[in-house]
Amino acid sequence: MTATLAPHREPGSPAPASSRRLADRVFRIREFGIVAVLVVFVAVTASIQSRFLSSTNIQFILVDATIFALLALGETIVVISRNVDLSVGSVLGLSAFLTARLASNTHGLPLPLVFLAGIGIGLLCGIVNGLMVTIGRVPSLVVTLATLYIIRGADVLIVGGGQVVPSSYYPSFLTISKATVAGIPDLAIVVAVVIAGGAYWLRTYRSGRELYAIGSNPDAARLAGIPMGRRVFTAFALSGAIAGVAGVLWASRYGTVDSTAGTSYELQVVAAVVVGGVAIFGGSGSVVGAAIGALLLQTINSALYVLGVSPNWDQAIAGFLLILAIVLDRLISLRLTASLRRRSARRGA
Amino acid sequence: MRALLRRAPLAASTLVVASAVAVAACSSSGSATPSSSSSSSGSGSSTAKTGLKIFVIPKNLGNPYFTTADSKGTGGALAAISALGDSGTETSGTAATSASQIPAIQAAITKGANALVVSATDPTALCPTLNGAIKRKIPVVTYDSDAPSCRSLFINQASTSAIGTSEVDLLAKQIGDSGEIGIVSAAASATNQNAWIGYMKTELAKYPKIKLVATVYGNDDPATATQVTQGLLEQYPNLKGIISPTTVGILAAAGVLDSAKYRGKVMLTGLGTPDSMKKYVSDGTVKAFELWNPANLGYLAGYAAADIAGGTLKVTQGATFTAGKLGQFTIGADNTVLLGPPTVFDSANINNFNF
Repeated sequence: MTATLAPHREPGSPAPASSRRLADRVFRIREFGIVAVLVVFVAVTASIQSRFLSSTNIQFILVDATIFALLALGETIVVISRNVDLSVGSVLGLSAFLTARLASNTHGLPLPLVFLAGIGIGLLCGIVNGLMVTIGRVPSLVVTLATLYIIRGADVLIVGGGQVVPSSYYPSFLTISKATVAGIPDLAIVVAVVIAGGAYWLRTYRSGRELYAIGSNPDAARLAGIPMGRRVFTAFALSGAIAGVAGVLWASRYGTVDSTAGTSYELQVVAAVVVGGVAIFGGSGSVVGAAIGALLLQTINSALYVLGVSPNWDQAIAGFLLILAIVLDRLISLRLTASLRRRSARRGA
Repeated sequence: MRALLRRAPLAASTLVVASAVAVAACSSSGSATPSSSSSSSGSGSSTAKTGLKIFVIPKNLGNPYFTTADSKGTGGALAAISALGDSGTETSGTAATSASQIPAIQAAITKGANALVVSATDPTALCPTLNGAIKRKIPVVTYDSDAPSCRSLFINQASTSAIGTSEVDLLAKQIGDSGEIGIVSAAASATNQNAWIGYMKTELAKYPKIKLVATVYGNDDPATATQVTQGLLEQYPNLKGIISPTTVGILAAAGVLDSAKYRGKVMLTGLGTPDSMKKYVSDGTVKAFELWNPANLGYLAGYAAADIAGGTLKVTQGATFTAGKLGQFTIGADNTVLLGPPTVFDSANINNFNF
């Protein structure tokens, strides 16, 4: 509202052209708003409790966030194509238990094989989702809501009342999530590279761009000859496989795996994706934004624990902060768009 | 989404109930109703009725602790029930909440339960349902977590005061009687947790140099318990010790402390199962912790429930009964039976246990 009034009050003191262009470019980045919110949030929390920025706490937050950032990567690919995958939490749970059992039963097994097993389990679930959505033509909300319960049900059946405990793994399985390079968890680095790869694919490859086309206008995409079925199927298969990998990481991170691992994660993942600026009805958004959204949610969680907020309050406060973050993000991006438009209009005149 | 989650099992149980009613209607002419026969046999014959239907309803299914307490294979509640010639069924919801447990209790009553063995997720929310069972003369035996105002008998795993005080004493010995400590509990509403924490606070009065700085809640979820433990350590950098009176919490806390930064500097004790804690005891992250034997707890609860339903045990203070392999027990004040003192596990004895 205020943004529309602003042009009249613009003082119009031109900065040097080059620095302004750089600033323009930074502000034009879609994720600028969410990063700003994250920075403000971290600054406020750290001003109350300086140990929030201790190296161990940052490592903890990064490792917890990587699992959600991975899930958000898969979810974003699906959401961009105007679908949703609600089964990610259950897929994570199933993969976490099966790979944890594998890692504790067969001690000689090389770690890459454990990850391959996780990918395989997730891929299988993703393929089932993808087939039902594309060939069965059932809305993805319904399909993945059903597989959310079916996969969790299978998990409960397989696990029974059992659990895998940290004592049973070979030590290297637990250290996956603990190793660091220069204070940054290895895991965070690997996941950042994977997300960068995902972002590059969606941005530059034809198959990636076609997902956006499908999401923004399915009818036009079909008329344009885009193989919609194949693309959407791939999106679900990828989301499943990624959730499978996240399951292995979850098992390594938390050690104890029973049949409840990853319960209701789908809601947090969808929240992270939306907070990260991905349009829930498809067609726009980026995996980098979604990953930062996941980081923001984990940072909020961690801040509430570190500040010692009463457990009776923390859920309500987390929800409130979420809304605050989205509103701030929108306000910042509205302001920026308005001022950028003003500048380019003035430059054009 | 929640609503959908609940509705599915509800619809299923309605179906089961409907068919159970149909079966009952067919056979009602032949057999006497359980309530009328139990009142007559209580005074006269000492031989127990057998073939009774006893439902074991833990806080939730898929919880390893309750699986040990309930299963036949581990010698838990179902083993006791079948040893007495009755048929036992374990049932509950998948989440440890009253909203998930109440439908399971209702279904058990409708299926014609002769006795219920229940670990209460919530002492007040369950009461209307449990009182409904008692009104139909179905004895309700609680174990692990009590619902004091709506049960016939409570099988207490270890006296509340003994657990609270012994955990404080264990930790005090490890931290040299001074420093800041924190508690990593389960849910903020859990009856047994809060009762133990109450006794911990009383016991802490004996150690003026130990200060309880915070109680955090991991909700018996490995991820949440890990995160609240991390938060606790960051918030109180001088923390010397942690008590976690829950098997999920102590494992998660041990996972956090299992690093060069904290090992040997922050002590941890609480309630844990020996199998799950072996790694942390052998690498020095944890020195000592304790627990009762959950299978024995379930066995005693199953045995008592079968005896009460079978008419061989009347619930009155001072009444004694023999529970198979466990020996003789006496019903104490407030209709409570005490299993015995908790076992302390440390590097010397942990390998002798397997549960």
